[in-house]
Amino acid sequence: MAEMQERGMNERIRKLRKQSVETQPHIYMERAVLETEAYKKYEGTVSVPELRALVLKHFFSNKKLYIGDGELIVGEKGDYPQSSPTFPELCCHTLEDMHNMNDRKVVNFSVTESDLKTQEEQIIPYWENRSMRHKILNSMTDEWKEAYAAGIFTEFMEQRGPGHTVGSVKIFEKGYLDYQHDIQEALAKLDYIHDPEALDKRNQLNAMSICCDAIMILGKRYADLARQMAAECTDEQRKKELLQIAANCDVVPAHKPQTYYQAIQHYWFTHLAVTTELNPWDAYSPGHFDQHLGPFYAKDVEDGILTRDQALELMECLWVKFYNQPAPPKVGITLKESSTYTDFANINTGGITPDGEDGVNEVSYIILDCMDEMQLVQPNSNVQISKKNPRKFLKRACEIARKGWGQPAFYNTEAIVQELMNAGKSLEDARKGGCSGCVETGAFGNEAYILQGYFNLPKIFELTLFNGVDPMTGKQLGLQTGDPRDFKTFDELWDAYTKQINYFLDIKVRGSNVIEALYARYMPVPFLSILTNDCIARGKDYNAGGARYNTSVIQGVGTGTISDCLAAIKYNVYDNQNFTMDEILTAMKDNFEGHERILNLVRNKTPKYGNDDDYADNLMKKVFNYFVDNVSARPNTRGGMFRVDMLPTTCHVYFGDVMIASPNGRLAHKPVSEGISPEKGADVNGPTAVIKSCAKMDHLRTGGTLLNQKFTPEVLAGEEGLDNLADLIRAYFDMDGHHIQFNVVGRQTLRDAQQKPEEYKDLIVRVAGYSDYFRNLDRPLQDEIIDRTEQDFGCC
Amino acid sequence: MSTPLIFNIQKYSIHDGEGIRDTVFFKGCPIACQWCHNPESQSYHPDLMYYQDRCTGCGACIRACPNKAVSYREDHKVVTDRTLCNVCGTCTDYCVFNAREVAGKEYEIDELVRILDKDRMFYEQSGGGITLSGGEVLAQDIDYVEELTRRLYERGYSVDIDTCGEVPYEHIKRVLPYVDTFLYDIKLLDPELHKKYTGVDNRLILENLKKLSADGGKINIRLPLITGVNATDEYIQEVIDFLHDNQISVYRVNLLKYHDTGRGKYAKLEREYDNSEMAVPDQEWLDRAVAAFKQSGYQNIHIGG
Repeated sequence: MAEMQERGMNERIRKLRKQSVETQPHIYMERAVLETEAYKKYEGTVSVPELRALVLKHFFSNKKLYIGDGELIVGEKGDYPQSSPTFPELCCHTLEDMHNMNDRKVVNFSVTESDLKTQEEQIIPYWENRSMRHKILNSMTDEWKEAYAAGIFTEFMEQRGPGHTVGSVKIFEKGYLDYQHDIQEALAKLDYIHDPEALDKRNQLNAMSICCDAIMILGKRYADLARQMAAECTDEQRKKELLQIAANCDVVPAHKPQTYYQAIQHYWFTHLAVTTELNPWDAYSPGHFDQHLGPFYAKDVEDGILTRDQALELMECLWVKFYNQPAPPKVGITLKESSTYTDFANINTGGITPDGEDGVNEVSYIILDCMDEMQLVQPNSNVQISKKNPRKFLKRACEIARKGWGQPAFYNTEAIVQELMNAGKSLEDARKGGCSGCVETGAFGNEAYILQGYFNLPKIFELTLFNGVDPMTGKQLGLQTGDPRDFKTFDELWDAYTKQINYFLDIKVRGSNVIEALYARYMPVPFLSILTNDCIARGKDYNAGGARYNTSVIQGVGTGTISDCLAAIKYNVYDNQNFTMDEILTAMKDNFEGHERILNLVRNKTPKYGNDDDYADNLMKKVFNYFVDNVSARPNTRGGMFRVDMLPTTCHVYFGDVMIASPNGRLAHKPVSEGISPEKGADVNGPTAVIKSCAKMDHLRTGGTLLNQKFTPEVLAGEEGLDNLADLIRAYFDMDGHHIQFNVVGRQTLRDAQQKPEEYKDLIVRVAGYSDYFRNLDRPLQDEIIDRTEQDFGCC
Repeated sequence: MSTPLIFNIQKYSIHDGEGIRDTVFFKGCPIACQWCHNPESQSYHPDLMYYQDRCTGCGACIRACPNKAVSYREDHKVVTDRTLCNVCGTCTDYCVFNAREVAGKEYEIDELVRILDKDRMFYEQSGGGITLSGGEVLAQDIDYVEELTRRLYERGYSVDIDTCGEVPYEHIKRVLPYVDTFLYDIKLLDPELHKKYTGVDNRLILENLKKLSADGGKINIRLPLITGVNATDEYIQEVIDFLHDNQISVYRVNLLKYHDTGRGKYAKLEREYDNSEMAVPDQEWLDRAVAAFKQSGYQNIHIGG
């Protein structure tokens, strides 16, 4: 714990970091109150996009400001670090929700009596029946609701806005006055004679212009506050710093940043505007931050106004800022499936430049040093590894990863570029792209790639085995594809499974299309639209197809489990007649109690995914290819296509909880496999075999895959351990693997941490596409992480 | 040509030669070191391994055994009468908890090469390859071993041989053209002590080492070091003198610190393990041993594999 409080390169950073990690997260009501005021004032008098822009402007004009002692980068979403605004226009919390937030065992948000009173008297009466959640749930069919309740899929936008995009170099090239100018030009070009959408475009562009005003007002207010604090400040050093802050805020966000320092401050204002305009999943990130800052850094160093240490200090100040913002509280099923409260600001370091050169510069190493020093779960830092990057960069990243707190994750630049091009992006846009959220590939600054929800592949197989009936409830949820005991061949079973998959995909996609249309109509995001090409040129909102590329993503979950289930039945029922279909169905219903022989066969004597064994791996490919083939071709409402990701975040725990035992020996309610990792305990041949199995999936057809590997520290010790780790990553990437990340910690350590959480307060583990404090995870997720096969190889 | 038994193919092996390797452990060894941490490697026949920590005492193995070799002890613990057990493996089919397995399986060369081919990407990326270990690989059917090393060599893989040296020199000579590095153990220099701790004296081992060096083999000397047996300053000096006096060409030296992780494996074989005389050398002494080698001109010295 002591170490945890004291990280940071100097006293200033250590103090700021300590304040950030020790402050109790709390609910911040001011945004909801000001938003309600704005709606009451403007709704019905202006268009919907203008209304949304006026909400942002009203909020930034009136919210309480905060400049903390010692801060060099300023701006908070709320009135203090760790304050979490609510978004009643998306999801209006009930009083019971508010009590739950306050009383949760893990990551609670304190809610005061006065907050409850405000919620009850001002927020609920206005928003209860107006929220997007209300609109969405009212628009869904009974089939959708039943499948949703049964845990066949989740829905991302039921309580958070469509997010999932990342900033590009665009942010750093212009100020918001410049954008306002661009918007005016677009307005001047509108063709009211031939274009029937001209009025809608005008409204949208007006809204974007209001948003420019909003962020400039925020900047101006911060400049004034800093100046006022400087006037009252008796400490000469701090006075100077405050005046520098004021001077920065005179330039940004209105104008293009002139220095490295201003560029960081400019980004931070932008970040606040994107994440308070609406509550988007996977909070915004600056993308290729090292490449964007590189020229500012080089110039300032040459001009003699910046040292490397100062650059690092400013970066560490920004890290604290990210960490100050907890993700907004969720409710219901979404709370259950995502029990973690960090946001996902995923900064990409390394990779290649838009013209295909090595993208690593000195700022890349500054970011790695910052990550290493700060050890904070936000921002969620990763490295993009290209074959063009120096090995020094890869090894420095490995050196940090080896410390065992889960960052950085490793992404394969060459795979990302091919994935994006395969999805229709230009070469240059693909090179500018990267990963956000957990592992999701996107064309930064050019794409709205909206996550629609997780899709429970093993659950659908479970329904297939019971002729469409959910064995948990006895309800007929799926199609009646026949009693599998009558199937003569594996192919008959497979055909039934594919029918069920398509049936549920249809339900999911129909729902998603309605939800996207609802957002386009009621919840545009004019601020985010300013920053996303080509929303200004098209006069269209990010949520309505304004972006250059518009993708909808469904995340397949349970790859390892479903592959092993298919292998268990194909191998034992059809190929070797070790038992009958009736026997395995009975064993599943009995949770394998009294069926030890069958359990032994399916657990220990059947080929399993994750061992570089083609029997099982080919079944994985069959499942994966079918899923991709039948998702990828579907059009969405925004002129784009559906795509797949293979990642679970923490949803594999929830998806396992809604299932009885599976044919592969997974017991009832236990988590399904996560990401594209093998089922827990199924991989017995070490990390190279896991990687080989995973690489048989065609990653380039996805928008991202997630692979966890856990090592004990001993395996990675010394210079050789580092080299072996680097080579393992390179080999996986040569095989087109998309992403790999590491937990480096002994099983015993995790067990101890579970017993004595107070002694392991700063133990961070890689969960899915992000790291979190082990103590913050609920028990099943902790157990799940402990159970993930630990790759430990002593010398023989 | 007879097909030897293999008891493990270790992937991502990073302690037996350079880079990321697959290590193939052959079963059967001409010597029996008291500190051996792979006791199942010693016999040329299959062994039944029993994992007591996984066993729930359900009794499925007792009912399954065709030779009635498995039974409950008075305290309800499961025991196997090794005189009745013929290692048929029937019990392993019935054990739900994977508490019983048979160590030692025959692999035809084609099959083994196919398995080793799978990790090509890792060998090539890391400068690794394949290590043939044991037991003692050179004590197996040498036609098989020569054919295997030749086939791997022709595929462009680095092949290392981990050997105790207690084999006919002819065997070494036959694989020499195809082998990258010999990981060559020196356990003790005193023939009497060598015999006491391993069952054989070291005459052949040291002779073979001299011949291998003279024939141009790339040699990585590996010294298992055990407090109470050989972890002394005098022994280190003896080894240095031996290498020097006999002009052994040494590419690298590894000091292998004794560990007793093999204890569990003796239990799995239901064998006694006496390590009362043996202890783990401390780091300070190991550092001193490294320094002694360096002072004598050997620069490529590593602690551990």
